[in-house]
Amino acid sequence: MKKHAPCKGSNNLRGRRGRGRARLLVVAAGAILAAGCSTLPVTTGPVEPPLRRYEDFVKPGQPNMLEVKDSVEGFNRGSYRFNYYFDEYLYRPVVRGYEIIMPDYLEDRVSDAIDNLNEITNLTNNLFQFKLKAAGVTVSRFVINSTVGVAGLWDPATHFGLKRQTDDFGLTLGHYGTGDGSYLMLPVFGASNVRDTTGFVADLATFNYIGPVAWVNDSTATWVYSGVYAVDRRHRTPFRYRQTGSPFEYELIRTLYTMKRDFDIEQTKTKDVK
Amino acid sequence: MKSLLVLALLMILPAAVLAAAPVPPTYFYPFVNPYEATVMELPREFEVRLPSEIPVREFVVHPFPKRHIPEVFWYENGLTCSLAYQDREAPLVFLIAGSGSRFDVPRMLKLQKVLYKAGFHVISITSPTHMDFVVNAASGLPGIASDDAKDLYRVMELAWQKVRGDVRVSSFMLAGYSLGGFDAAFIARIDDREHRFDFKRVLLINPPVCLYDSVTALDQLLVDNVPGGMDNFDAWFRGVFSQTMQLAESWGPGGLSGESMYRTYKRMQPSESNLAALIGLTARMNAADMIFTADVMNGGGYIVPKNVRLTSTTSLTRYAIVAYKTSFADYFNEWLLPHYQIKEPGLTRQALLQRENLRALEPYLRGNAKFGMVHNEDDIILVPGDIEYLERVFGDRAWIFPSGGHMGNMFQPDVVSAITGFLKGKEE
Repeated sequence: MKKHAPCKGSNNLRGRRGRGRARLLVVAAGAILAAGCSTLPVTTGPVEPPLRRYEDFVKPGQPNMLEVKDSVEGFNRGSYRFNYYFDEYLYRPVVRGYEIIMPDYLEDRVSDAIDNLNEITNLTNNLFQFKLKAAGVTVSRFVINSTVGVAGLWDPATHFGLKRQTDDFGLTLGHYGTGDGSYLMLPVFGASNVRDTTGFVADLATFNYIGPVAWVNDSTATWVYSGVYAVDRRHRTPFRYRQTGSPFEYELIRTLYTMKRDFDIEQTKTKDVK
Repeated sequence: MKSLLVLALLMILPAAVLAAAPVPPTYFYPFVNPYEATVMELPREFEVRLPSEIPVREFVVHPFPKRHIPEVFWYENGLTCSLAYQDREAPLVFLIAGSGSRFDVPRMLKLQKVLYKAGFHVISITSPTHMDFVVNAASGLPGIASDDAKDLYRVMELAWQKVRGDVRVSSFMLAGYSLGGFDAAFIARIDDREHRFDFKRVLLINPPVCLYDSVTALDQLLVDNVPGGMDNFDAWFRGVFSQTMQLAESWGPGGLSGESMYRTYKRMQPSESNLAALIGLTARMNAADMIFTADVMNGGGYIVPKNVRLTSTTSLTRYAIVAYKTSFADYFNEWLLPHYQIKEPGLTRQALLQRENLRALEPYLRGNAKFGMVHNEDDIILVPGDIEYLERVFGDRAWIFPSGGHMGNMFQPDVVSAITGFLKGKEE
């Protein structure tokens, strides 16, 4: 499942090739997003209904998990197409370069360090949901991993039985009953919805004002961090476009994303600690 | 009493004479239940060891270079194939993927490594039922093996043209699994007329006997095993989804690997009906993807209305819902058969079904030393009588394992030996 991944990484590219590609992508994005966003097919003659009609197979009011509220589907499909090109021609080539340069062992250290810094997001949201035990675990993890784990490069806390209490503001909103709003396919960041996008922006703001960004207060460091974060995120996400081999990949991702988030929200309601 | 014994012996003897190649007594396979065998990945200690990297390159062929690809398939541009190459002269195996699979699905990549390790060049080809093939390489509606084989043969010729300057090839072989194995038999027959490759050996791995029967059996697994019937599909799937998610969380950093699944399996004992339904669901989704794509490529009328052009932003949700409610049998009876009857007036359903049946090739296959087959007694795509039939047709070139489900045991060392042993031949 594709999750949020910040786009700042793309701005961070300094290579000439990267810049050229980035410019190309901007043009492509503009063209794709500006292209008609109609979700209706174009008619080319007298339309004949097909042999198997939707109306004959779906009783009115019968729920179908492929039907997810998608108010801006035209935009979303354009954005999905843009993401495919972005991933294919810029994002994954950069990540592949990273994977070639870095030994696997160091890649894992980078992942651990980033996870450690992100404990701030977990902590604020554990607290927002009054999951005090989970918050306690998160604080202990941060302290142990920052010290014994040498600035978070290793994750001894997990070996001590303290599991990561992953949380975000989208889940917090869902925890208190906020619905999806509508499905959103964000350019670069990928599958989301109105609720989770709001949450994502809130988490980003928290991270910037009380998190590591505020501690260092240095814009170069922030850019470097964002770039590394973006690369590490893609490195850890096994998703590949067109891997489903289905003409309905857009629908499948939309349904699975929605179901996964529903499941995660349900978990925040039933479990205090993971 | 004695005469009874003799009678019994007489009945056993012909069977013994015709019996398939012996399965090694060491054969061990951890999943006895065929549904589990089909779904579960083998833990690594039961699998053959394969190199982590082999020299492979991908290339694209365009069987119909002038074909206009509809905008809704904006991501399609030619059919990608891959070549694993030896740096010396070697036989080349064309490997055909199973139903709904692309040339680079995990099973194809592993099989490519198996064959590479055994000393072959390998060209991997996407199944004619995968949408990439339907868009780029199908000449008409897909689903009739004899015609799909013609399209595959065209792709194989183009693929060979692309790589012939780069590899030194001593002879050609052909292999495929599941539907790909079935396709291989039909391709071999074409090649016996056309002589482009003159395949030295052709291996069918877990093929169906009657395609229609097999696909229907798989689809039935879905229909029969969703509690309360297909109207309850959503509720059932949500349940399975959240169960899976809960398990996935307990798997931890290793993620979804053979070992972790095996550990979970031993602890949880998943319900057989859920496994069966998931197998059926996969088959149904593969069929739906193919049917929708074929409909768009052939001007619509089945699921998509005629005279509409789908663009990259057109909502496909309603078509998806209808497609996922369409089984291969529906497509065959409602669309494929009438379509063929227009081209060939007087064609009966029975006659068209015969083109989907290995039995139609029996005179060609029986006693033909270049054909070999690997199969499992408990393969869920077979209907009663099939395995005995295959054993009779392929004789001592049939390797039939007692368990393994549908290809679950493909990378078990004894199965791998059967595959590579047959293709290498006894003289090498």
